[in-house]
Parts: sequence; structure tokens; C-alpha cells
Amino acid sequence: MSDSRIPDPSAPLTPSGNLRRRQIFSRLTEVGATGAAVLAVGVLIVVIYTIVSRGAPAISFDFLFKGYPDGVGPMILGTFVIVAVSTAMAAPVGVLIALFLTEYAGSRGAGPLRLTLDLINGLPSIILGLFVFNLLVNHKGTSGFAGAIALAIIEVPLIARGAQEVLLLVPKALREASDALGVARWRSVLTVVLPTAMGGIVTATVLAVARAVGETAPLILTDFIFDPKKFSLNIFGEIPNAPVWIFKLSEEGTEKGYQEAWGLSLVLIVFILVASLGARALLGRSKRKLSS
Amino acid sequence: MSSAVTPVAPGHSGSQRGGSRRKRLDLFGDRALFAICLLAAILAGVVIALVAYQVIDGASEAISKFGLSFITDTKWQPNFKVFGAGALLYGTAVTSAFALVVGAPIAIAIALFLTLLAPKGIGAVIGPLVELLAAIPSVILGFWGLVILAPFAKSTLEPFLHSTFGFLPIFGEPQTTGLSIFTASLILVIMVIPIIASISRDLFRSVPRELQDGASALGATRWEVVRGVVLPTTASGVVAASILGLGRALGEAIAVSQVIGAGSEIHTNLFLPGDTLASRIAVQFPGHLNDLHASALFYCGLILLVIGLVANLLAQWIGRRFSYRGAAP
Amino acid sequence: MTGSLDYTSEQDPMTSAPTNGQGENQPVPSRVRIQTGPPAPVTVPETGVTGPTISESFQPPPQLVFDAQGIGIFYGAKQALTDVTLGIRHGQITALIGPSGCGKTTFLRSLNRMNDTVPGFRIEGQILYHGHDVYGSNVDRVEVRRRIGMVFQKPNPFPKSIYDNIAWAPRNLGLKKGLDERVETALRGAALWDEVKDRLKDSALGLSGGQQQRLCIARAIAIEPDVLLLDEPASALDPIATAAIEDLMHSLKGRFTIVIVTHNMQQAARVADRTAFFSLETSGEKPTGTLIEVDETAKIFAEPRDPRTRDYVSGRFG
Repeated sequence: MSDSRIPDPSAPLTPSGNLRRRQIFSRLTEVGATGAAVLAVGVLIVVIYTIVSRGAPAISFDFLFKGYPDGVGPMILGTFVIVAVSTAMAAPVGVLIALFLTEYAGSRGAGPLRLTLDLINGLPSIILGLFVFNLLVNHKGTSGFAGAIALAIIEVPLIARGAQEVLLLVPKALREASDALGVARWRSVLTVVLPTAMGGIVTATVLAVARAVGETAPLILTDFIFDPKKFSLNIFGEIPNAPVWIFKLSEEGTEKGYQEAWGLSLVLIVFILVASLGARALLGRSKRKLSS
Repeated sequence: MSSAVTPVAPGHSGSQRGGSRRKRLDLFGDRALFAICLLAAILAGVVIALVAYQVIDGASEAISKFGLSFITDTKWQPNFKVFGAGALLYGTAVTSAFALVVGAPIAIAIALFLTLLAPKGIGAVIGPLVELLAAIPSVILGFWGLVILAPFAKSTLEPFLHSTFGFLPIFGEPQTTGLSIFTASLILVIMVIPIIASISRDLFRSVPRELQDGASALGATRWEVVRGVVLPTTASGVVAASILGLGRALGEAIAVSQVIGAGSEIHTNLFLPGDTLASRIAVQFPGHLNDLHASALFYCGLILLVIGLVANLLAQWIGRRFSYRGAAP
Repeated sequence: MTGSLDYTSEQDPMTSAPTNGQGENQPVPSRVRIQTGPPAPVTVPETGVTGPTISESFQPPPQLVFDAQGIGIFYGAKQALTDVTLGIRHGQITALIGPSGCGKTTFLRSLNRMNDTVPGFRIEGQILYHGHDVYGSNVDRVEVRRRIGMVFQKPNPFPKSIYDNIAWAPRNLGLKKGLDERVETALRGAALWDEVKDRLKDSALGLSGGQQQRLCIARAIAIEPDVLLLDEPASALDPIATAAIEDLMHSLKGRFTIVIVTHNMQQAARVADRTAFFSLETSGEKPTGTLIEVDETAKIFAEPRDPRTRDYVSGRFG
């Protein structure tokens, strides 16, 4: 069936038939995709630039280490304390859950557990704030500890998922060798499996920390009243924290308040960026080490 | 169920003296390890159940007072103990839908760029940059929206859209502050894009090379290969990723509250202020006026919880149910 | 001496002068149709000469479709192929044989620019397709692949219905009229029609391996390319499916110019008009693939000139 659309084989290899039009369209979609990527990076650059350009002028020794009105030291310390406590609670639980998934759960048990973890991960953090409020704050008042519990719930799925990925990479051969030597399961887990996976577990934890320091919604329901002048280590009291402070400053609407908020934002962002990028680089390296 | 069988390997029979004590310790250790791991796993399930219970419990007063009409009534007057979440539901729906409708195509385009267009070096830089967008805390992004994006929307974007597309009721007359459903939706777009893009990118990378080669070998342009092979085989995964992004948008409280303007009425015009369920909780709960007020906010939280869980489960189901269709053997 | 076209020793009865390596100046129709089945006696119009088969007779050699001169192929620093000079003639099946890793598939994929996406790919020398440089500056890759089709080693049907697999490319090309007939003709041409005619809407993934491969062949011929490149089309299939593919080769010959890479020497012997033997060239610092010898299939297997060819075809090394 000869069709005028079948190109003459000896014609030059330039577009024939409808190819020119199709190529133009294809090029247009390529431009669109490139444009989308440029747009996203552009927004990121604008946001980071704003934070840096407006936040940097606020940074000074006083800013970082003194309390209100000179600085935001208590807020930084408070966030550090809250996240340290929440991670101390979340990391063991996350690792144990990951161990359960890799060592004990059959395919029937793993499914529901992973689903549960995903559901927890998908809960809006404001709901976790409501939860902890009803659980603790209603009876005992606001506290950093209440906020830490909410943050811990956010961190557990992240740590569990990251730990599970690394635990799965621990070569089966190691476990089998351990079993063959008659070593008990708990010993091999403690002395062989966990140490091998430790790099990945640490990086998963760091990534969870990077997420937790920025979470505002749970804290706004559990630890939103505090004295910004005093440094405090008392997690069971009302301890200053950075995200809520930024939120408050942003709602106040004063020039000075805005400047302070940018400065504190810069501090947070720098910490998060360093932690995220560093952790991801380390995670890549430890994964490669394990699969080589 | 857990204790590993511990055969005595050849060569170990010499250690029989401390052997039985060691064996008892090992048995205990194995059981203990299993027990605490199991406990941790159960804890996860307990947390979900507890969260649901506490939210329902907190909302109970409002539920018994307002029943289901809470969902449709729009009057929200804490002073008069009159509460209705209609406008909040509307705001939640509109901002999230906007974020999805605008954000998903952009995210998919970015993912296509990263996997199929970008040279290796550029892709390795831009990929992490897009993911970095997700690492920005919402309070900082919301603050940026308040100080930079809202004025920009007020001065440039909203007037432009109004003058070009003003015949559409959604692009009505802008108001003065730039704090509007539109600005909040833009912030949500920024939040949603990295999630959808990173999952889609993994999906597109997994499309077998042979399938793409087969399409190219038939004289198809790059776009035709994407449209004919890459997108169809990953469609269900991309949909699931989009729903996950939607879930993120639905639950975002802080950034939205900073730019949405705390309106309480339903308008079609996107350039007017509004509010969402999550945002209202974040703003009004810390200073709630009375118990009914708090309970009404819990009720909002309950609605949000249900919507969020449904979205999450839907995403999981779609991702799993249709993941076989795409894969060639 | 090695790697050159081997018509220099032929005598052309028409002019009683030796033909040159090109044979382009001979009066030859641009498309010659051969019936399905084993090679049959054919009358070449305009010359009025009848002979057993084109390849055996003293007919003027068919037109040169591909003319590759001094081809070298690099992936980054590594050289995969060196100094390949080879012509592919119209309406014939040319087989590329040789041990693994000698660049046969690399050479094949260079003919339709499928290597372009491989990182670090670089080609030296020139490949002329009907006189046009395949890697020329105005050349559109997509146009190249439209005219030069390819079937891959592992069947790669799209996750669509059988009908849509075949109809996909014609739809792109705007060949929407008579799509049903086009699909049927393609499936008949690939000897698959009878097996699938009642289930065209079923998923292609439900077919057996051999059927899937024939589907891929049908897909390729549905857009009526000028050339078909086959990269070990039967190596992933069982013997029965392999035999079906080989029968197909005979029926496709003549309508299409075919170049087939195969590990299976017997397959080359059964199916190909001309055979090119590739092997590793070890004289340089690192071994690279190169063309050792090319000739009529019968000659390659019966009286190869190069000792390496002789070793390979007599099975002395794999």
C-alpha cells in the first residue's frame, strides 16, 4: 500500500511528513519542562536570598546569646532542648520499630505496621498539637515536654523508615554467618547488625531532627506562652522556642520584630540546610558502603 | 516465635561449662529483644488510635451541640458561641485544589526535566535544590509569603490576573492587603511541588530503558515517548504522589494562617481573604474564649483528620492497586 | 584488504567489465519484490535476465543502502569499534556475526543513531545512507529512525493492547486513515495475525515471548520503514519461536533491507545473503572490535579468506 506519506528513502534525512510540526511541539514541551525547573529553583533562590539578606544584618553575638530584647538566645536554646528530648524519645522507638520490621515481622505483619507508620507520617501536625493538648496540656498546662512528645511522634516514622532502609542493606550473609556460629539473635543484632547500620540510622535521625526544629504547629498548641527573656532548661515548664517566636513576631508586624524574625529564621535555615545536606551525603556514602 | 535456633557448632562443645548459663541468657535476650521491638510496633498503632480518640473526645461537646450542620453552617462567632465550619471547609477545599491543579503539572514537568532532559551534572544540582524547597519550615515560608509574596501579589499578580481574566468570577477585584486565598494557595503550591516532583522523579527513572528505546526506534519525538510510554506506565504512581501532595496542602496550618487573611465568609473571588480548617485551629486555639470554642476547633480538627486519613489511604490504595499494570515483565 | 566490499572479483556479464565496489551505476529498479517463502527465481525487469536468486546470479549488485567508511566508535575513552568499512545492499539480509563484545550491536545501533543517548558516545568515519551522512548536521534523528527501524534483543512491547502497540507509531505519523488495515497487514507480515486476530484489544503483555517479538516486528514494519535492523531478535526465545522468526526473515527480505546481528552462526547461514564477521582486534593497546571479513554467506562459511574467520565458523572458539 503506497502512501504519499511514506518518505522517499533517498531523500535527505530532514523531517518529512508531519515531523516538522511534531518536533516543534516536542521542543515546546522541553522548554516548558525546563521553565518549570527554572521556576522552582528561582523561587528557592528568592526565598533563601530574602532570608539571608534580611537576616544577616540581625546576627551578632548579642543576638545569638542574649535574651529579649537584645537577642533570641533563649529561643535557640529552648528549641535545642525540646528537639533533643523529642529525639531522645523518638530515636530508640524508631529503631526498634525498624528492627521489628526487618527481623521479626513476616510479610503479613509488616504491611499493617508500615501502613500505620505512613498514616502517622501523613497526620497534619496541627492535629498532633490538638492530641497532645488534650492529653497533657489540658490538665497540666503548656510545657516544652508536651511539645516534645508531639515532635517525637513526627520523628518516629522518619527515623523508622530511614533505619529500615539501612537495616535491609545489611548483608544477609552477616546474619547467616552469625546464626551459623550459634550466636543468639539478640547478640548478633546488638553487636553486628546495628553497628553496621549505625551510619544510616544516625543520618535518618539527623534528617528527622532537621524536620523537627522547624515544626511550629504542634508547639503553638502546647508551648506557646513563654518568657523570651530567660534562658531555661526546664523542659517541663514553658520553655522558649524558635518556631513559635518567629510566628509571633511575624504576626506582630513591627519593623524590629520582623528583623528579629529574619535573623532567627536565618539561624534555623542554616542549621537545617547543613544538617540536611550533610546527612544526605553521609546516607549516600553509607548506603554505597553497604551495598558494595 | 522469636528465639533463633542455636545449634552448637562444631568446635564449640568445649565451652559447655558456662554453656547452659549462656544459653539461658541468650534465650532471655532473644525474648527481651523481641518483646521491646513488638512493644515499639504496637506503640505505633496505639498512637494512631489515641490521636483519633483524643480528637473525637475534644470535639464531642461541639458535635453534640451542632451535629452535622457544623459542616455547612458558615457563621463563626466565638462570642456568641455560634460555630460553623462551612467557610473553613470551603477555604480548605479551594486552596488545596488550587495547589494541586497548579502544582502537580509543574512538579511533573520538573520531574521529566530532571530525568529525561537535564544533563547529568545539571540534574544532580537541580534535583537536591528542588528537594531543599521541602526542607524550608512552613513558618519561615509563611513569613516570607507575608512580607514578600503578599505585597507582590497585591501589586502585580492579582491586578494582572484581574485585568486579563476578570470575566471569571474567581479573578475578581483584588483587595488591599494581598492576604488572600490566592496568596495562600501560591504558598501551598510551593510546598506541594517538591513532594510530587521527587516521587515522580523516582517513578520516571524506573521506566525501563528498553521501553523508551522501543518507542524512540519507531520514529517518535521525545514528547511522544513521554506521552506514549513514560507517563502511561507511571500514571498511577504519579496520581498517588499527587494525592500525598494534596494531603500536605490540606493539613498545612501555619504558613496558610500567615497569608490567608483570616476571613470568615465564602467568596468565589480568590483575591479576598478566607481561612482553612488547619489555619483556624492554629490561630484561634491558643487564645480560645470558652470551652465550646475549643471544642468547635477540635471538631474542625476531626474533619481535617478524616479528610487527611482518607487522602492518605487513597494514595496508598491507588499506588498499590495499579502498580502492576504499568510494569512490563 | 579486510573489511572491503567483495564484488571486485565479480564479472558483470552485461558489460564484461569488472563492477566497482559500488554498483550504483547499474540500471536496477529501486524496489524488487520477492514472494514469501524460500528464494525463488526472479526476473529483473529492464534487463530481462532471469536467474536463480539475486545473490547467486551474475545480476548487477543491488543498490547500496548503507555505506560505512572507516567507522570508529568510542564510549568516552574506551574504543569499542575500529576501522569498520562495510556496505549494506538493498533488499538483502546482511548478517553481522562474531563473538560477544566485538561491537556488532554497537555498529548496528549506530546505523539508526540509537547510540546517541549513550553517555560518552563518539563516532569517527562516515555512514552514508542512500548517499546522505547519517550523522550530518541537518539530520533529524527522529526522521532517521522513522526510515530505519529496529527490533531489539529482548521483546519490549508497550503495556498497551496488541492493536495499540501497532497503531501507536502510525498515529504519531498522522497515518490515521486505514489504520485497521495497516495493523492487519503488519500482523500478517509478522506471521502473527491468525494468532491474535480475535484478541486485538487484549494486552500485549499477555503474549508469549515469541509472539511478543513478532509483535515488535509487526510494530516496526507497520510504518513501512526502508530498513529493518534486528539485534539478535531470537536470542531470548525458545527454538520453536526462533524458527518462526527465521521464516519471517525470508518473507520480509526484499520488501525491506535487513541487517541482523546474531550469535547463532547457523541462523546466519540459513537466512543471510551476505555475512560480516566481527572480532576483537588485539594489536592495539586495548582490544577493540573490528570487521574481519565480509562476503557472500556461502563464501564466508565455505571458503573464508581470513584465518580468524575460519576459526570462528568452524567452531574453534565461541
